[in-house]
Amino acid sequence: MMASSYSAKEEDGHHSGAPGPGGVNAKSRKPDNTAFKQQRLPAWQPILTAGTVLPAFFIIGLLFIPIGIGLYVTSNNIKEYEIDYTGVDMSSPCFNCSQNYSWNSTKPCTCSVAFSLDQPFESNVFMYYGLSNYYQNHRRYVKSRDDSQLNGNLNSLKDPSKECEPYRTNDGLPIAPCGAIANSLFNDTLELYYNDPNGTKIPIRLVKTGIAWWTDKHVKFRNPVGDGSNLSAVFQGTTKPVNWQKYVYQLDTDPDNNGFINEDLIVWMRTAALPTFRKLYRIIEKQGDATPTLPRGNYTLLITYNYPVRSFEGRKRMILSTISWMGGKNPFLGIAYITVGSVCFFLGVVLLIIHHKYGSRSNNADIAS
Amino acid sequence: MKFSFNIFLSFFRFKESKWMNIHVGDVIRLKKNDFIPADILLLSSSNPNSLCYVETAELDGETNLKFKMGLKVTDEKLQEESQLASFDALIECEEPNNRLDKFTGVMKWKDEFYPLDLDNMLLRGCKIRNTDECHGLVIFAGSDTKIMRNGGKTRFKRTKIDELMNYMVYTIFVLLFLVSAGLAIGNSFWYEEIGKRAWYLSDGLQQSASYRGFLSFWGYIIVLNTMVPISLYVSVEVIRLGQSKFINWDLQMYYPEKDTPAKARTTTLNEQLGQIEYIFTDKTGTLTQNIMAFKKCTIGGQIYGDSVGPLKNSRPVDFSWNKYADGKFQFFDHSLISHIQSKNDLEVFEFFKLLSLCHTVMVDQNDKDLVYQAASPDEGALVTAARNFGFVFLSRTQDTITVSEMGSVATYQMLALLDFNSDRKRMSIILRFPNGKIRLYCKGADTVIYERLHPSSQNKETTQTALETFANETLRTLCLCYKDISNEEYETWSKKHKAASISMSNREEALDEVSELIEKNLVLIGATAIEDKLQDGVPETIAKLAKADIKIWVLTGDKKETAENIGYSCDLLTDDMKIHYGDDVNVKLQNRQADNIGTDGRQGKAKEPFFPEPGKNALIITGGWLNEILYEKKKKRRRLRLRKLRKKTSSNNSMDGQLMNEMEKEQRQKDFVDMACECSAVICCRVTPKQKANVVSLVKKYKKAITLSIGDGANDVNMIKTADIGVGISGQEGMQAVMSSDYAFAQFRYLQRLLLVHGRWSYIRMCKFLRYFFFKNFAFTLVHFWYSFFSGYSAQIAYENWFITLYNVCYSSLPVLLVGLLDQDVSDKLSVRFPKLYLPGQKGLLFNYKNFFTSLFHGIFTSMIIFFIPYGAFLQTMGQDGEAPSDYQSFAVVTASSLIFIVNLQISLETSYWTFVNCFAVLGSIAIYFGIMFDIHSAGIHVIFTSAFTFTGVASNALRQPYLWLTIILTMAISLLPVICVEFLYKTIWPSEGDKIQRNKKKYEKEEEEVRKPTAFQRGRRSRRSAYAFSHSQGYADLIASGRSIRRKPVRKPIPESIREVPQAENI
Repeated sequence: MMASSYSAKEEDGHHSGAPGPGGVNAKSRKPDNTAFKQQRLPAWQPILTAGTVLPAFFIIGLLFIPIGIGLYVTSNNIKEYEIDYTGVDMSSPCFNCSQNYSWNSTKPCTCSVAFSLDQPFESNVFMYYGLSNYYQNHRRYVKSRDDSQLNGNLNSLKDPSKECEPYRTNDGLPIAPCGAIANSLFNDTLELYYNDPNGTKIPIRLVKTGIAWWTDKHVKFRNPVGDGSNLSAVFQGTTKPVNWQKYVYQLDTDPDNNGFINEDLIVWMRTAALPTFRKLYRIIEKQGDATPTLPRGNYTLLITYNYPVRSFEGRKRMILSTISWMGGKNPFLGIAYITVGSVCFFLGVVLLIIHHKYGSRSNNADIAS
Repeated sequence: MKFSFNIFLSFFRFKESKWMNIHVGDVIRLKKNDFIPADILLLSSSNPNSLCYVETAELDGETNLKFKMGLKVTDEKLQEESQLASFDALIECEEPNNRLDKFTGVMKWKDEFYPLDLDNMLLRGCKIRNTDECHGLVIFAGSDTKIMRNGGKTRFKRTKIDELMNYMVYTIFVLLFLVSAGLAIGNSFWYEEIGKRAWYLSDGLQQSASYRGFLSFWGYIIVLNTMVPISLYVSVEVIRLGQSKFINWDLQMYYPEKDTPAKARTTTLNEQLGQIEYIFTDKTGTLTQNIMAFKKCTIGGQIYGDSVGPLKNSRPVDFSWNKYADGKFQFFDHSLISHIQSKNDLEVFEFFKLLSLCHTVMVDQNDKDLVYQAASPDEGALVTAARNFGFVFLSRTQDTITVSEMGSVATYQMLALLDFNSDRKRMSIILRFPNGKIRLYCKGADTVIYERLHPSSQNKETTQTALETFANETLRTLCLCYKDISNEEYETWSKKHKAASISMSNREEALDEVSELIEKNLVLIGATAIEDKLQDGVPETIAKLAKADIKIWVLTGDKKETAENIGYSCDLLTDDMKIHYGDDVNVKLQNRQADNIGTDGRQGKAKEPFFPEPGKNALIITGGWLNEILYEKKKKRRRLRLRKLRKKTSSNNSMDGQLMNEMEKEQRQKDFVDMACECSAVICCRVTPKQKANVVSLVKKYKKAITLSIGDGANDVNMIKTADIGVGISGQEGMQAVMSSDYAFAQFRYLQRLLLVHGRWSYIRMCKFLRYFFFKNFAFTLVHFWYSFFSGYSAQIAYENWFITLYNVCYSSLPVLLVGLLDQDVSDKLSVRFPKLYLPGQKGLLFNYKNFFTSLFHGIFTSMIIFFIPYGAFLQTMGQDGEAPSDYQSFAVVTASSLIFIVNLQISLETSYWTFVNCFAVLGSIAIYFGIMFDIHSAGIHVIFTSAFTFTGVASNALRQPYLWLTIILTMAISLLPVICVEFLYKTIWPSEGDKIQRNKKKYEKEEEEVRKPTAFQRGRRSRRSAYAFSHSQGYADLIASGRSIRRKPVRKPIPESIREVPQAENI
């Protein structure tokens, strides 16, 4: 076979500026002269200079210190009372109850703790129960629930999610509500009595609704809708969680606070972030302008002790607290703000000195091109 | 093994075909100016005796033409197409190899054997010149060709940062495993202590604590895997692609004359451009334009030609009176032409007469236009100059030269032609004038000419001064002289010459000796000065790059003199440098080696410099010396010498000889590189493509430096492939270099912008990007780590699942990507103006393990703040409406929000070039975060996908509490203020070059706008060096003398066998 050479230029597909085979005015390959392509986009080029950094530090310092003081003062004005009723000590009133632990005991164990408030609690008082060393944030615990079931889905009611194992079924019946969270629902009953100086114990009215988020109560948690209006009929074919003494439709008599939308259940199902936590239990509403919600004096906390925590060295607490715009009592943020503000101010001064020492020198130093 | 093949013919006509279709055994026809597509055995050509001229600049960088010859038998019998079609021969030859200077083979045709050597071969990469047509037989095609064999392996190139990045990812993996293992152990202990007694956690499975720990280990591997930046690789590639596009789009690297924009052919190496330490550059076509121009001359002590380049206002001399004048020739000194036209200055006449007579140029008459075919562009330039000034070389035969002298045609009889070679550095021609007078014309290097001048020769001093001036302007000089010879003197010499030319042994030396006899007592006429035109802006570019501490080595296949001359003209070499040549270097290296062997071969003691004397040094070394020095291909001699050495030193050296050899070779290479790096300029000349690549890899190996090679020809391919970054000069005819390069542009001067602007920006951007990227992933992921201490080491995540999924994609990637694409600390103008800004890149200061660990600690610090501030604020408190915000979901939202604010503000701090896109990206990221969060926390989505979106209402419930906002603000303040403080301190106390320039940016930019006066690159000092550099090896003297190249010969004489050996085309 014979072959003669072909033009090297065409071989390489290179036209060296000459128009293509048929083209008369081949398009120039000159790049576009746009600001973007030439990397000349208009831009602001801030640099950290003394003129910007130092005022920033002073201003932050000046802003943070008042905020911190405000937070601190607010936090200090909040009244809070906390008692531990776990019953660890022999002397503690609930010691006996804490020792005899059985899920199935039909006779509830009760104990009462007496305490006194030195200062009256104004406005609404919030009553919390607190647990310590309780890992509600454990991964397997957190996911052991079926949101679909809690949302009232009938299929999930009868066939709960696998995540609920091993609290999914009992004796062949699906558990409602399923999962480890629901199974370990806090079931102590706390009652509060005011010891009138004349010797009578006046029960204090504890409001048990309004303690859960609106979205939880109305969106996330819904009772399944069955044929009848009776909740027990809807939950027919399901069983109660292993550790529960009642069925879910027996949690309360009020139909708006029964079943899945029982607020105690909802609050419990909103798992805590840390192993020491508190959950809202009841609200003590202000009665009138004349008297404080909880006047100074002696009180008795009556506990129906059902919830065992001694086995894992947990603690149970009851907390009474008023709240402010910033929430509950916590001096941490206030102190932190004051500290950061002061450090900023101090740093501002230090940087100012350093700037005076070095800044002028490096400013004048010229750079050889 | 031998390759043998038959010629395969099936068709009887030539047809056009593509290179890819060329096979071994094809007979192909090449036309003038074609690139040779394969290694071809030259069969016949349209020139007499099947002579074929080739330009080998692509192959070896030499600018002179070489000639190749077909075998006598093929020349005679294979001229016609039909003859070629019936050509059947068996060729046995060497197997494919990379030796460009060697070829052996045998052709068996019609029962006769013909030896083949390199003179019969047309090598791929060369170009056919001055030959209308030639026919050849393909011996090696494709990748078997010698030039391709020289090309070296195509490596997969990676950047240093890539490597570093990989190691860092390994480090992160190790860290991930360690942390996971630690937490898994924690989980085991926790289970033993608390977990197994917590009835509420009971899962009904009888698993031991250690097994649970093991499961938790894998759980943490999954949870913490975001620490390993998977998306980093994708993002890095995106950024590099962007940088490459910016290079392609750069108008300032666009060469309008050839319509060639710069092209980044790879998109993976950009940031490496900001770290170059060594540049290896080719000379021909890269530094120079490969155009010679007759710039100046001195005749009889009088200098003609302008002092400083062609000024804008001066108009070139009008040569229209001369019908032979070449339109492209320009000369700006009008006095010379008036001298000629006045016809009263005999020396000027003599000068141009010499130029028109004493050369080996051949002439073609195309349409009444003279076309000169010169062996070198230098010689072409000289003859063209003479032609324009009225001394037109018209034609030559075997022994006559016809010229037109100011219109009158005269024919001279050529008695002898004593050609150039690298030792003689001169050529002479002995002519019998029409009036019977015999005269010798000689041109050559000033050094050799001055030795041979007649003591009474005039103008020696003035010419010497002129030569110095020329040398200062880095023009290439040649001295011209003549000598009248009496008939008797000629006769006696002629006999000796004849005797020498037929002597059997050492003919070359004998001829040289005879030439010496006649070339003496010369009379000086003057000197010429030729400019080897540099590409625009080469000296400025080299000066700038040198200021950026980039070392530039010139590696060229061209000759020492030309390379040295270019070294001077592009300011690589300066007069205050001490230049060391090969022998000097070899001695020094041998001394060093002897020292080492004296100390038992150990190199423990600190290296003293090779050049203890103060002052700058330069190295000029040829390929031959390079082989010698580096023990390449000198195995036998080396072994011999080694034996001697070993005997001399010690007999108890029990080391294995081979090992010793290797060690010694390595030591020698290391010494050589060390020595070369002490020099401020290194020029390697007459090096093969392979050697070029070797030099590059030596530097890479022993200096661990990042190298860049730039070249334009096929001979640079290997070097371009070997270096970390290869740059090809595009817009020229050959595409070999461009095809194997990583970046291509049209002019050497664009290198400055590529490195100092694009490279630097790319490096800074990439480093900023990587530092931030690692930081942002650490800050993000390690919150899980802190949280695990409070969640029973159960691999519980600290954020919502969806947030983890979207964090790297939507919430944090765009701003940093834009920084990686657009950030500029200083403008391009200032980058070029202050080459010192390039230094941090070379030292790798902006991204290394130190930066990595800084990022790591910064990330750890930030994640701690993000976790512990909410921790402190939340633990025991409750919300505004009495509901505890200490629930897991609110906590997750607060940490996530803090994180988003912190990482986006952090990138804002790092952004030094705020365009509207950056603003948009930062604000957009935050907005998208809140937008998406409120959506997936909405009631509607929970109703539709109940199990997938379980954070219903968290965002609205949590974020309406001022307390949580105060927490977020505090988190931001604590994590960002220290950064600002530290950065400010660094900028105040230890400002970097870049910081200073940034600070004074306004001032510099104002200066930049003022018109800067052009800087003339003129050396003030006078030099005493010879500026002789003729890119001309042995010319065509033999051809001319033998008459083989002369057309239209009456009789085609059989060529004596002896002559064929003479024209050694000097291939490297």
